[in-house]
Amino acid sequence: MFSNILIYFVVIPVVMLGLLAICQNIKQIRAVAVTGSIALMALSTYVLLEYLALRAAGDTSEMLFMGSWEWFVPLHINLAVGVDGVSIAMLILSSIIVFAGSFASWNIDQPKEFFLWLILLSTGVFGFFITIDMFTMFMFYEVALIPMYLLIGVWGSGRKEYSAMKLTLMLMGGSAFLMLGLIGIYYHSAPEGGQLTWNLLEIAKNDAISTGWQYFLFPMTFVGFGVLGAMFPFHTWSPDGHASAPTAVSMLHAGVLMKLGGYGCFRVAMYLMPQAANDLAWIFLILTGISVVYGAFSACVQTDLKYINAYSSVSHCGLVLFAILMLNTTAMTGAIMQMLSHGLMTALFFALIGMIYGRTHTRDIRQMGGLMKIMPFLAVCYMIAGFASLGLPGLSGFVAEMTIFVGSFENSDMFHRVLTIVACCSIVITAVYILRVVGKLLLGPVQDEHHRQLTDASWWERVSTVTLIVSVAAIGCFPNFFANLIRFTFDPSFFRALGL
Amino acid sequence: MKQEIGLLVVFLLVFLYDTFMPKKALNATAGFTCGLFAIFTLMGFGALMLDSDVTAFAGMYQTSAIITTIKNILNVGVLIVLVQSCRWANSDFTSVRRGEFYELLLVTLFGIYLMISARHFLLFIIGLEAASLPLAAMVAFDKKHYESHEAAVKYILTAVFSSAVFMMGLSFVYALSGSLYFADIYVALGSQPSVMLVVAIAFVIAGMGFKLSLVPFHLWTADVYQGAPTSVTSYLSVISKGSAAFAFLVIMAQVFGTFYSQVWEWMLYAVIILTITVGNLFAIRQLNMKRFLAFSSISQAGYIMLGVIAMNQTGVASLMYYILVYIFSNLAAFGVIQAIENKTGYVKMDDYNGLYKTNPRLSVTMMLAMFSLAGIPPFAGFFSKFFIFTGAIQQGSVAIYVLVLIALINTIVSLYYYLLVVKAMFINPDECKIPTFASAWTERLGMWVCVAGIILLGIVSCFYNTLLEMSLQSSILASL
Repeated sequence: MFSNILIYFVVIPVVMLGLLAICQNIKQIRAVAVTGSIALMALSTYVLLEYLALRAAGDTSEMLFMGSWEWFVPLHINLAVGVDGVSIAMLILSSIIVFAGSFASWNIDQPKEFFLWLILLSTGVFGFFITIDMFTMFMFYEVALIPMYLLIGVWGSGRKEYSAMKLTLMLMGGSAFLMLGLIGIYYHSAPEGGQLTWNLLEIAKNDAISTGWQYFLFPMTFVGFGVLGAMFPFHTWSPDGHASAPTAVSMLHAGVLMKLGGYGCFRVAMYLMPQAANDLAWIFLILTGISVVYGAFSACVQTDLKYINAYSSVSHCGLVLFAILMLNTTAMTGAIMQMLSHGLMTALFFALIGMIYGRTHTRDIRQMGGLMKIMPFLAVCYMIAGFASLGLPGLSGFVAEMTIFVGSFENSDMFHRVLTIVACCSIVITAVYILRVVGKLLLGPVQDEHHRQLTDASWWERVSTVTLIVSVAAIGCFPNFFANLIRFTFDPSFFRALGL
Repeated sequence: MKQEIGLLVVFLLVFLYDTFMPKKALNATAGFTCGLFAIFTLMGFGALMLDSDVTAFAGMYQTSAIITTIKNILNVGVLIVLVQSCRWANSDFTSVRRGEFYELLLVTLFGIYLMISARHFLLFIIGLEAASLPLAAMVAFDKKHYESHEAAVKYILTAVFSSAVFMMGLSFVYALSGSLYFADIYVALGSQPSVMLVVAIAFVIAGMGFKLSLVPFHLWTADVYQGAPTSVTSYLSVISKGSAAFAFLVIMAQVFGTFYSQVWEWMLYAVIILTITVGNLFAIRQLNMKRFLAFSSISQAGYIMLGVIAMNQTGVASLMYYILVYIFSNLAAFGVIQAIENKTGYVKMDDYNGLYKTNPRLSVTMMLAMFSLAGIPPFAGFFSKFFIFTGAIQQGSVAIYVLVLIALINTIVSLYYYLLVVKAMFINPDECKIPTFASAWTERLGMWVCVAGIILLGIVSCFYNTLLEMSLQSSILASL
């Protein structure tokens, strides 16, 4: 079991949990968190390089580093792992954000409990991305959700109890639909008399789910994951949840957890039920289209920095689902790029907002101004994040959104074209709210004289932000590298199944 | 048969010890009983290796590997209850009568054994009564508490009434079939349901529904759970309920199996939906922890019933597994409540505010129990919920998908109120009503065992695998 490299994505966090439980003081806790997240980063880099080497050597199998161990034998539940380019991209994203998040919560209260929950959350996240067995996947998915309740409830700010409960119940509500969908898929996973299975690859190969059942199970799974992907009208947990969460949790949640939704939609719902995906895509395209535009408009009128960014996340994550539903290679590649880009950029935003809030004790943009003079480092970082968000070439946002819209426009019928154009408008709206914040918050006169005494970023905050900025720029400057990484997933066979 | 004999021996030894030992030695009654019962429980697992299918009393009594297993599961639960109740049993007020407590408890357990193993309704009724009536005395055990008396009266009246309803149903069945043997009735009833049979099945479901506290037969539950001493409440909520669920499954499969889709599937649909929904909605409003767990246990009974309605091997295994996990989760919660109640007398949810600051271990135990009851991975409750849903869906009809969806949506409601407890302990502004204290080692032992169970029962797959293998080989559903 331990000869498989992927299993260490779960083993390392579990070991970290054990070590954290016996830590005595904050120094040890920091040491464990930093060492562990560096180990995870190293591991994901190694897997990336190994993966590329194997691909270069001509390995064309669907998933690499596959492994499977029996768990609940009579029900055919295995602990099955395997990754392709998309999963690796997500693993890298997660490890970067866990690393940055550990630095961003350097001086948190009750550090031991905080890091225990945070690492439990990341155990769920990493586990989710490496498994290809639906049961295990669902289990890790829920492991990643529940720590949010206490992380927001205990360490959050504002209406934290309300937000924590709302977030947990809505996400768990999504997973209720998801559970029914997954069990339903299991019982239709093989042709009559065949061996039932939870394994994604085998189910896809069997292709035994009848069209009628697909029409029932596809919405179940898509909505189930879509709730976490902040699909309209199930996005309402996101603004409140993100606004109340502590910094590192906002980073991890918006950066990684929301990607679980998009990843799940594509990996389970679309991949296993292509027929229904093709026929029902229009419903969800309209819903996600609303997310994209509505999220952007909502962000324009908010005055709380975190709310602005949370609504912007709704808009950007909506774009991920929107692109996935466009059902062609270019758009799907764009969707994965957008996941990476939004994950890093939004984590950067939330980190910076947390740092600013920690100094000014307000997140209302009307009460702040001229921060560029007071804390130039943070202000410049904030500007870079803003530019990435509104799609400045050279940064990640541009690459992702460009690919998505080019891909969407490839669908030549009226319906898709109109939707694409409507969604494109969100870029302009994004520019409006980003520039509004940048102008109000960073430039202009200093609003509060007390702010003049504030200090700039400390070294651990710099580590956190610089890591994220470098990653954002890397995607923006070398998009081809990432496009090649995920290319194999969307090979022609995937679309042939869709009837395209 | 070995287990019944063993239990009788334990009972007699405890009885003799309590009657004839000098006063000084009586302080050790609790320890003596726990030790004896622990040995007996271990031997039960030994019996699993030896006992093949045994039939006795002209076919009235039957046991097999799976029945021995469910008895073992209940034994483990009883053992935890016994260990947790040591401190209460030895407290000043109860200690004069602690012998009776153990004897009554063992008698009810004997009744439960008969109920599970019965293949003839006469023996079943004897078991049912032996399992119910002494419990009323146990509920009334706190002599100085008015609520305890009230609870006992409520319990005995409903228990007797439900037995009467149950027997009314049986008399109809007897009129139709002319026999009280499960197997004979099954054959004699044929395949065409008459009106009388429908009424009979409704009465049987109602009679068992009282025992299982299914809605609309649940009205006694909250008051009795609140009034009874906490040790008795925990016994009522896990052992009494778990055994009744299994016995119910056996009756429905072996006696009325033919009429599954014609008659009682729809009755159970209605009962399950009502049970889960009403239990959950009422639990939200509860302020007393014991009442709260009463309503939570009502809704849990609804989930257990999904294993009955599945009517397949996965369902049987999942039902047993659910009972096992439920025993550990609920006893962990009751263990914490009991420890706090014994020390401070507080049982309100408000009193738990800020518990994490003063008693971190107790609150973590409580949190794990709540998470497990709510079905949060990686704790055992998640697996038991998932498997019971899997078992139900295996039945395959569209109606069952709807039923499971309703049950799943209800898990969200239940998550809400389970999180309220977690919120009280971890998040609410801390008045710290409950001071830091050390619980008795017996209470701690009980909680440690429960926590270990909550964590390991799910992740370590052999428990469920064994149960499912066993149920695939068993003859419980053979008549279907």
